[in-house]
Amino acid sequence: MTGSTGTGSLPRYILQRILLVIPMIWVILTLVFVILRVAPGDPVSAALGGKLDEEALDERRAALGFDRPLIEQYWDYLVSVMKLDFGTTFSDNQPILHVVRDNGGATLSLTVVAFLIALLVGIPLGLVAGRYRDSVPDVAIRLFGILTYAAPIFFVGFLLQAYVAAPLGLPTSGAASPRTVFTVEPTTHILLIDVFLSGDGAAIEDVLLHLVLPACTLGLLICGVFIRLVRVNILQTMQADYVEAAEARGLDRRKVTWRHAFRNALVPVVTVIGLQFALLLGGAVLTESTFNWPGLGKKLVDYINERDYGAVQGIVTLFAVAVVLISVLVDVVNALIDPRVRY
Amino acid sequence: MAALRRVLRALATPFTQTAGLGRWMLVIGLVITGIFVLLAIFAPWIAPYGFAQASADGVDFPKAGAPSGEHWFGTDRLLFDVMSRTIWGARTAIEVVILSILICVVIGVPLGLVSGYYGGWLDRVLLLVMDALFAFPSFLLAIVFSFLLTDLFGGSVLAVAMSLSAIYIPQYYRVVRNTTVSAKEATYVEAARAIGAKDGVIMRRYLFGNVIQSVPVIGTLNAADAILTLAGLGFLGLGIQSTDAAEWGHDLNRALADAGAGVWWTGLYPGLAIVLLVTGLTLVGEGLNETLNPTLRKRRLLPVVMTTREDR
Amino acid sequence: MTQPELDPVLEAEFQPDVTGDGPVISARDVRVWYGTTRGAIRAVDGVSFDLAPGETLGLVGESGCGKSTLGRGLMGLLPAGAKRDGEVRFRGEDVLTMSPRDAHRLRGSQLGMIFQEPMTRLNPLLRVSAHFEEAIRQHEPKLPKREVTQRALDALRMMGIPPTRYRSYPHEFSGGMRQRLMIALALVLRPAFIVADEPTTALDVLVEAQIVQILNDLRRDFRTSLLLITHNVGIVAEACDRVAVMYAGRIVEQGRVADVFAAPQHPYTRELLRSTISLRTTGLNFIPGSPPDLIDPPPGCRFAPRCPQAMAVCATTDPITIERPGGGQVECWAVGPTDLIPAGGTARLQQEELAVADEA
Repeated sequence: MTGSTGTGSLPRYILQRILLVIPMIWVILTLVFVILRVAPGDPVSAALGGKLDEEALDERRAALGFDRPLIEQYWDYLVSVMKLDFGTTFSDNQPILHVVRDNGGATLSLTVVAFLIALLVGIPLGLVAGRYRDSVPDVAIRLFGILTYAAPIFFVGFLLQAYVAAPLGLPTSGAASPRTVFTVEPTTHILLIDVFLSGDGAAIEDVLLHLVLPACTLGLLICGVFIRLVRVNILQTMQADYVEAAEARGLDRRKVTWRHAFRNALVPVVTVIGLQFALLLGGAVLTESTFNWPGLGKKLVDYINERDYGAVQGIVTLFAVAVVLISVLVDVVNALIDPRVRY
Repeated sequence: MAALRRVLRALATPFTQTAGLGRWMLVIGLVITGIFVLLAIFAPWIAPYGFAQASADGVDFPKAGAPSGEHWFGTDRLLFDVMSRTIWGARTAIEVVILSILICVVIGVPLGLVSGYYGGWLDRVLLLVMDALFAFPSFLLAIVFSFLLTDLFGGSVLAVAMSLSAIYIPQYYRVVRNTTVSAKEATYVEAARAIGAKDGVIMRRYLFGNVIQSVPVIGTLNAADAILTLAGLGFLGLGIQSTDAAEWGHDLNRALADAGAGVWWTGLYPGLAIVLLVTGLTLVGEGLNETLNPTLRKRRLLPVVMTTREDR
Repeated sequence: MTQPELDPVLEAEFQPDVTGDGPVISARDVRVWYGTTRGAIRAVDGVSFDLAPGETLGLVGESGCGKSTLGRGLMGLLPAGAKRDGEVRFRGEDVLTMSPRDAHRLRGSQLGMIFQEPMTRLNPLLRVSAHFEEAIRQHEPKLPKREVTQRALDALRMMGIPPTRYRSYPHEFSGGMRQRLMIALALVLRPAFIVADEPTTALDVLVEAQIVQILNDLRRDFRTSLLLITHNVGIVAEACDRVAVMYAGRIVEQGRVADVFAAPQHPYTRELLRSTISLRTTGLNFIPGSPPDLIDPPPGCRFAPRCPQAMAVCATTDPITIERPGGGQVECWAVGPTDLIPAGGTARLQQEELAVADEA
């Protein structure tokens, strides 16, 4: 055992992790194909049944390759996903990647900001609750955590719209006012970044104001999970052998708590962040629908209401692959933080 | 009688041996959940009107009428009585949760048993599929399934319950499979095999009883999540339709437009119902966790009173 | 092991009372009781001993007899709901009555502790260097960084760990090395008194011998007083000056190792020594029965139910601590004082039949 193995095995660990994820992605793609392409029978008429005549429908089926054997369609699907082509929508015949480009930015900025809010609120509250177990703050914080988990996003959205938005003058619908949308140059297709690039003060204020309610709603939902997780971890690390050993060396309480209990309690949080991303996506769908936020989740619900199997298949594939890849990323970050993981 | 007392005592140990919050959370959670179960069972007698009733005695209810003596929680834009819909909503929620747990048990438990008992390629394939389902964002999975199932079955309670099952089956499968793998090495199973019992008999008689014990625990843990998912689907319009049954999420969807117009009662009550029921179930889950998990449990310690020196 | 060169000034600063006569630790009638769901466990129930500078006292007994609790009680590392009383004087100052702040300050700098499980006692996220630096900084905040490192490296070198490993993580060390790290970490602050709680139990035999050797060198090199808690009588014979035998929360016999082992006075000591496996062992010896329930201990001598020499008086009256013939103390009616035994007290005690099955 030498010190050098610790750093040397990190690339190998990453490679291992990526190799392991390939069969997983394949199985997920197959599941998506079976559920959304095989099970429903004829998606084209489901999406366009009322709009086109039978001849035009056949044409569309042929164009999409739906008249060919399923196994060929399956193969085509896998190959095109590997080429990062997620197909086209049926109802408005758009490449999924364009839908993602136009709406993904809104989802990304919403989720990232919400996530930051959740971390900033959840971790300190969890630390306090765990450190002062069974005290009044602990009871209050845990109750808050349970309530944020128990309150559905759209109910919080309803309450905010009914009682908070009007007195504070906050917008409750959309990501920006029309003026901002039309004047800001779409350089990155992420409005939150573009608006800062434009340097237009009024537009920046407009975008940030639109972001307040949706991001807080989604952030509060996730922060309950962090409170609970951090609190439980603190309870466990406070009982750890090395904490007692640190106390036996006469370190003062604050140092023992910070360096030994808190730091170790935060390691699993990184892992769980990866799992929260899945929860965050689900939450984003609801938040976007509640606040009419022009993101991918809202778009997905719109396509679902139009029975557009092509769009649903493409967006769901993309989400699933993203979630799996993020879990790999989280594992790698975890290996960087915790030296034991690499072994 | 003695057996019953033993069971009762075993059930009571979490209460008697733990201190602090864990105990209170369990009690409060059980009370809240119990109230909702009662509402669900006796909805026809408790609710003043039917869930899709827009008039009484030939007189139409007011449209989006404010709470009054007639309608304690007011009425919504479809003229329905909000209080009645909130109470009937408890029935829908509990129906869906119970139904989905049943589906999970019927599908997940046999799959886990067979997979764990026989092992081999079947086990590996099932494990991979279940892991893939588990890796999927769960709400997205529910959306996709209810999208598909409402196309096939219409927006019924069954279709929604099946969509929820799709999320939870992997969890049941995993637990049952792992229990089976360890239980099949147990001496009594080896003995049964030695005297020539058939695989089916061993699974039914010896393993089933063993693995079924974990079902209530997973069920409790998932119930809160199931209620939220059900409401989420309803909110997106993918769940149960208003006229088929009262569903809190869908009612909130319709109420969202009222929020800006000062009509607060249509959304507040169904929303509070969701929050309360989910809180109750979460408290039960957390309380159980805290009392059963030895690392979190805080034992109730009797205070130490040192006797005076003469004693020794 | 190299002979460390101690700075005479530093040494004086750390050990102001090294006259050689006054005890470093002096415990009188110490009790430590735990709260449980059933009532108080009397884990340590009236224990007295002295420890001179540079002396090693071996504390032996079965598991659950309270020896670890006594060690922790001296350090003040007790779980919630535990209570302790009596008197623990560190260089004349009562540790139990001093302010929590002062007691906390003694920990690490004057009272050190080595634990049983070296694998879990180091913070996995911190380098070895960080462990040393935070410990030294805590007690000597003004020491320049270079000297902090130098001190840590010296302590490591004494334990035979090369300076190249200073910046490694705990998981990169084997169990034996980690225990040496833990000892170095306790020593780097040069405490006058160290509690070593089963320091070799988790290690294999070769490593065990090495650690015992290190502990042996300690008292010679630093005049560190050591309370060595173990269930291994062999280690006591090898590494200790004096031995205290503990049973059910009481020290039943203590004295110089050679005296006690050559002529054990208490029946429990005798049985404990007989149960020890040696090269001459031909059959395994064990003590029938198990230690008493410490929530509600039996009246009289706690060993009476298992004692091969129990008398009627043993089951009714607490034994009295007396001077051991040959030095030390013992508490047993069979040894004395005979004039305090009531009439008829010497009759053989009727003990319940101890079935072998009960012991598991």
